[in-house]
Amino acid sequence: MDLRLQIVAITGAVGLLLLVLELVRRRALLERYALLWMFSSVVILALAVWQDALNVLARQIGILSAPNALFFVAVAFILLLLLHFSAAMSRLNDQSKVLAQRQAILEQRLREVECARAVAAGDEQRHLEPLLRSGAEHRN
Amino acid sequence: MLPETFIEIPRTFATGNDCLAVVPAYNEEATITDVVGALHRRAPQFDVLVIDDGSTDATGELAEAAGARVLRLPFNLGIGGAVQAGFKFADERGYRYMVQVDGDGQHDPGEIPRLFAAMDDHEGADMICGSRFASTTGYIAPISRRTGIHVFAFLLSRLLRQPVTDPTSGFRLYNRRAIALFARDYPHDYPEVEAVLMLHHHRLTMREVPVRMFQRGGGVSSLRGSGKSFYYMVKVLLALFVGLGRRRAVPEPGEAAPVAAEHGL
Repeated sequence: MDLRLQIVAITGAVGLLLLVLELVRRRALLERYALLWMFSSVVILALAVWQDALNVLARQIGILSAPNALFFVAVAFILLLLLHFSAAMSRLNDQSKVLAQRQAILEQRLREVECARAVAAGDEQRHLEPLLRSGAEHRN
Repeated sequence: MLPETFIEIPRTFATGNDCLAVVPAYNEEATITDVVGALHRRAPQFDVLVIDDGSTDATGELAEAAGARVLRLPFNLGIGGAVQAGFKFADERGYRYMVQVDGDGQHDPGEIPRLFAAMDDHEGADMICGSRFASTTGYIAPISRRTGIHVFAFLLSRLLRQPVTDPTSGFRLYNRRAIALFARDYPHDYPEVEAVLMLHHHRLTMREVPVRMFQRGGGVSSLRGSGKSFYYMVKVLLALFVGLGRRRAVPEPGEAAPVAAEHGL
């Protein structure tokens, strides 16, 4: 592999690693998500530094030029990360759904409790009427 | 199930009804007043709960003015999340029956007694679906949508080994067991078809009964255009077939609670 390309690859991988560490340090990135990024940048860095491993890998999977193997590994990690984020997003989606449902149910419960207190305080008609109408009036 | 620290809802609000009508509504201000009114008139034994699924119009206010309770979701969850909020409400308040009626006015509350009658006839049926196709009725769906419905109807009929004619119908009556199951786990975007299969996997049963439906009274269907119908079909097919491969604990028939339902988060 060309020395210039090797320097670019090493600089890129080290830069990525430092960036990830800095983000974790600033609490801008959760360790949970940082690990996969760190792992991928370390692997890319290792392959860029350790040429023999890269050549072996390239031969094993039938890639003619070693640098392409490096890109192949990088792309594979990007896909893995994207999938990881889709899964994380799905989970967040689910959690926000549950939260929204709970919040709406609690809000309704709170309104009913407040209405009941208004009734207890003798302030009957003001708050009550929509709630009670749904139950009592229409049945009679 | 509620934590014990919860304040009891005062008796004033225990209406004494054990039936809840859930109306999911997203921007249905043109029809919601009529739907709530029709429910009060035609199905007076039901408490009415409108789920305002993040509407940007006056749906929530109108529903309340018409005398319904309203759950206001803080943002749009889609039909699956909205209806599940209704299941959770029914479950927590201990309703024994829940009927689901669309907010667009295509379901006729006058047909609810038929659903009930069917639940009585098929003792042990946990869900009764109002079907547009189980007999000849006036309803004609757009062709793109009809194709999808028939594909699902065919697949579900095979999987359940019982005739299913209208698996996308959202006009349904649920008993306690079905409410408990769906409060814990209900499918996402277009839930009706998957819900039928879920019920089957949990060894709960469903039956269909022919009902009359109206054309939509107003608003915009969540399934407008054939592009969306196609997306819907592919999405639900994926959910169906992947769902078949999911591992589930299988409760025995007649067990008190559907234990295999996944608990929230």
